Amino acid sequence: MWTNVPVRRMLRLALLGLASLLLAVGFAPGAVSAQMLMNGAGATFPYPIYSKWFDEYTKVDPSARFNYQSIGSGGGIRQITERTVDFGASDGPMTDELLRKAPGELLHIPTVLGAVVATYNLPGDPKLRFTSDLLAEIFLGKITKWNDPRIVAVNPGVALPDRPIIVVHRSDGSGTTYIWVDYLSKVSKEWEQKVGRGTSVNWPVGLGGKGNEGVSGQVKSTPGAIGYVELAYAIKNNLPAPMVRNQAGKFVEPSIQSTTAAAAGAAKNMPSDFRVSLTNPPGEDVYPIASFTWLLVYKDQPDQVKGQALVKFLWWAIHDGQKYTSDLLYAPLPPQVVSQIEAKLKQITYQGKPLLAAH
Amino acid sequence: MVQEGGTAEGLSLPRLAHPTRTTGRWGDHLYRLLIRAAALALLVLVLGLVIVMIRAALPSIRTFGWRFPFTSTWDPVAQRFGALPLIYGTIVSSVLALLIAVPLGIGAAVYLSEVAPPWIRPPISFLVEMLAAVPSVVYGLWGIFVLAPWLRTQVQPALGSTLGFLPLFQGPPYGVGMLAAGLILAIMVVPFIIAVSREVLLAVPNEQREAALALGATRWETTRLAVLRYARSGLIGAILLGLGRALGETMAVTMVIGNRPEISASLFAPGYTMAGMIANEFTEATSDLYLSALVEVGLLLFVVTVIVNTLARLLVWSMGGAVKEVRE
Repeated sequence: MWTNVPVRRMLRLALLGLASLLLAVGFAPGAVSAQMLMNGAGATFPYPIYSKWFDEYTKVDPSARFNYQSIGSGGGIRQITERTVDFGASDGPMTDELLRKAPGELLHIPTVLGAVVATYNLPGDPKLRFTSDLLAEIFLGKITKWNDPRIVAVNPGVALPDRPIIVVHRSDGSGTTYIWVDYLSKVSKEWEQKVGRGTSVNWPVGLGGKGNEGVSGQVKSTPGAIGYVELAYAIKNNLPAPMVRNQAGKFVEPSIQSTTAAAAGAAKNMPSDFRVSLTNPPGEDVYPIASFTWLLVYKDQPDQVKGQALVKFLWWAIHDGQKYTSDLLYAPLPPQVVSQIEAKLKQITYQGKPLLAAH
Repeated sequence: MVQEGGTAEGLSLPRLAHPTRTTGRWGDHLYRLLIRAAALALLVLVLGLVIVMIRAALPSIRTFGWRFPFTSTWDPVAQRFGALPLIYGTIVSSVLALLIAVPLGIGAAVYLSEVAPPWIRPPISFLVEMLAAVPSVVYGLWGIFVLAPWLRTQVQPALGSTLGFLPLFQGPPYGVGMLAAGLILAIMVVPFIIAVSREVLLAVPNEQREAALALGATRWETTRLAVLRYARSGLIGAILLGLGRALGETMAVTMVIGNRPEISASLFAPGYTMAGMIANEFTEATSDLYLSALVEVGLLLFVVTVIVNTLARLLVWSMGGAVKEVRE
């Protein structure tokens, strides 16, 4: 067919036509130049809600376009420090050392909350509950069987099988891991000394799964496994999200309400830079393993137009944006924290002048 | 290569003393220049890669020194890194893959070139090429949802109860682990071995086979003595190709190997590979030393690959004769 000259001629004509069409569309005047593009990069956990926000926000302000790459919290921190993006995103707060490296003052703006649950797979689907000591000892490798008397004591009346516990953790560095080990470090001195906190740690026991999907997939297919995943993954995969005993001694079910309550509980002593850990907070109905996820922006914006658009978007996100959170299984910010963030957003400036006019 | 003319005139090409076209020479020069540039570009690329990696890995090299490939701790919180379990995992999973894939692959290639009736060759070759085209992630997913549960429920308990006295088959059956990784790698490597080996075997001149048969050799003896021995270096090239893929394979392996940086004698235990570690931890590595340690792991992977390839070439050379080029 390719040697047939008339066919070749037609194909050449078709290609030419297609090329000129593309060129014409590419040079279409007006629509392209009026939009501005804001680039962001960072955490994978909030990617679904951020995508939804960027999509909804174009209805509010059609000229603002966002491009977000979910390369991980570490990547987000690195890119915003090097100013290759306009905003970063991280599940774990930046350390003082990392903040010092940034060329300007970086602000942490909390956007939504996420909870991490200890999901498991046991034949018969028994409903279990855990205490902080139990979780620490299981992940330290000190409790190795499901029918260990310590687990039985916390779960009276539940038939626990004589099976080995197969611990599953994250193989990749992640904010979810940070929330989990931060909680364990607070509730177990041994964990704090032996393992510590970080987005990646030296796990005493367990298999590694890649991503929340890897861990939930591993737990789902291995009877006797226990792992930690974001609440959204447990719900979507029909995995159990067991109750955990909080600091007040009450067993609380992980849910959107109990997660938001964790932030409300910490609102009273919220540091001004929002770099707070919400794990194991005081309060009656709080779920103890939760955390903010933050957007990282410079206090002094380098570009006025982009800076103003960014701040306006953030204002929208902490108010109207919050109504999209529950559908995607994130917890919204409590009102006390929203007013604190409002004050912070008013401090974002361009060359010394606040970008947000009196709202 | 300059061929002397068939006649006795002795006119040799192409360096004519008086070129018939005055503008023809620069074309040749340009052509030679471009070809040389292409070859050099490849060399420059590889050297540049190594240099950039060494520069990025310097903080880690300075901190850990020569102990890095021989220590077992991987602790990002305490900032102590050692790559020994990773090297072990990479080599063991690749060797296991080859142990399974080589007999299978070469056997299939021998069948396709020597034994099979000619009408079977095209469909099976097509299927083999399709297998090679499947993306690694797909293999990984299949591994998690099909292979690992099968290993955990059927194969590992069976192996454990019959051969459990060997340290190779001890420990609880997780499903994921070194055995799963070796199996998946074997499945990924087999198509390459079959494809290249089949070409190499088909290229063996028929005279070899006919000579062996004429001397009274059986079918198997013909294949062994006349064909396989003749094609030996090409077959080793095919195996090296497979080994190269196995050493560098990242996604499929990291999904089924259990991702635990620990050395264990048992095939049931989880392990970790160098490529898997880099893929998993690179995006979230926040501190400079951590990043630099990961780049050093990449450098080590490069070094291990070069060493393995060199050893294999030495093996071919020592078995006699110059290394024949593998016909692609």
